[in-house]
Amino acid sequence: MSAFILFLVFLGAGFDAVYIGQAGGFVPVGSLLALTVGSFSSALSYFAGDRAVLLATAAQPVEELTATAAPAEKLKLQQLTNVVDEMAIASGLPRPRVYVVPDPDPNAFATGRGPGKSSIAVTRGLLDTLDREELQGVIAHEMSHIRNLDVRLMTIVAALVGTAALMSEWARRGMLWGGSPRRRGDRDEKGGGGVFGLIFFIVWSVAIVLAPFVVQALAMMVSRKREYLADASGAELTRNPLGLARALEKIESAVAPTQSINRGSAHLCIADPLGRRMNLREGFWSDLFASHPPMPARIAALKEMAFQKGTP
Amino acid sequence: MIFIVFLVVVALLVFWAIGSYNRLVGMRNQVLNGWRQIDVQLKRRHDLIPNLVNSVRGAMDFERDTLTAVMEARAKALTATGPADAAQKEGQLTQALGRLIAVAENYPTLKSNENVRALMEELTGTENKVGFARQFYNDIATKYNTAQQVFPTNLFASTFGFKTAELFEIANEAEREAPVVDLGRK
Repeated sequence: MSAFILFLVFLGAGFDAVYIGQAGGFVPVGSLLALTVGSFSSALSYFAGDRAVLLATAAQPVEELTATAAPAEKLKLQQLTNVVDEMAIASGLPRPRVYVVPDPDPNAFATGRGPGKSSIAVTRGLLDTLDREELQGVIAHEMSHIRNLDVRLMTIVAALVGTAALMSEWARRGMLWGGSPRRRGDRDEKGGGGVFGLIFFIVWSVAIVLAPFVVQALAMMVSRKREYLADASGAELTRNPLGLARALEKIESAVAPTQSINRGSAHLCIADPLGRRMNLREGFWSDLFASHPPMPARIAALKEMAFQKGTP
Repeated sequence: MIFIVFLVVVALLVFWAIGSYNRLVGMRNQVLNGWRQIDVQLKRRHDLIPNLVNSVRGAMDFERDTLTAVMEARAKALTATGPADAAQKEGQLTQALGRLIAVAENYPTLKSNENVRALMEELTGTENKVGFARQFYNDIATKYNTAQQVFPTNLFASTFGFKTAELFEIANEAEREAPVVDLGRK
């Protein structure tokens, strides 16, 4: 997270120095503007995001489904409601609303601004594949996302990603239309940068072009850390790491993409809904751009917890 | 100069005392609330049992002992007062219920009965809720107790009437085994 902010400060400083430095004086107009636009768009998603996600996935409230379900189906839904209640009690948080997404691929996500204003949604496939203990593990993972305020965190991250993308875009246009900014006027003498200024400019030019990729990688790094955290604190809630481990194994074996969940909410799912193979193996690229840590690593971490706890 | 230093030290001490007092009050309320949560779940369980016993009675007529044991344990649990007492009596009820559930496994007619299955799910859910409420209660009660006992808060905690919270603990080994409910469904 701090690497993130440092990188942005570097981008912003360069941006202002090269393009607006003289006009704006000491006020970093350019980066402030980018930050404002970035924050605004993500504030919008922060306040309306949960409704949008639930609408986009066609999620139905579990209460409505229970009212019209057949007896066997009703039992399943009752079980889901009970498991969510149990986890709300275990975490000491108000009970989130529960939704079911009509999608055959097993997956689940949490959304909402924070405890008391959140929802948990599971897919139909998840209900059909998992038994009670495994379902409990998954719900505990989602409950932990809520408890750790991950929605808020990822919203801030999204704002920063947007800011970087904007600055990069503006800078590239500037380069294309305005030519090299160094040709314009006598900035070098005034800045007194000389060799240092030149080196800074070159490094910055490379950085600003690569910025969207770099911030994306940083954002995914934050996301992966929160996934491990949610796994661990989920296991702390159920005191049963193996339940979640078994659930992850089942979810992994059904690796088809969850079609109804789009990219924007990937970081709140139990497993990457895009079904990208890279979440399944370890390696350089998956280390850089996956929203979730590799499944084998997560399962191994959970099994290790179970081992330390002394359960077979 | 010395006077000013003295004043600053006193002010800091007062701020610290107010801060810790308020923190302890907050924690005490959390503990009380945690206990109420357990209580709610225990009541639910007590309400659920007569239903369950009635619906399995027909099929399990000759398991009269098991059924009476559950009803007796329930009656006793209703009279419990305070966490430690409740923990002990509820533990016996948990045990009796576990036996009932285990015995019910042997009756295929019960396993296929939708009504009984729904009741069993309710019972499992409630058992789990009791367990998780207890886990949450014990966690915050332990934090509360620790906050009172650490130096230097321990110097004034008892003066202001803060008492150690009782934990909700299970007394004997056999009760530690949670009843396993598995009716073969996913």
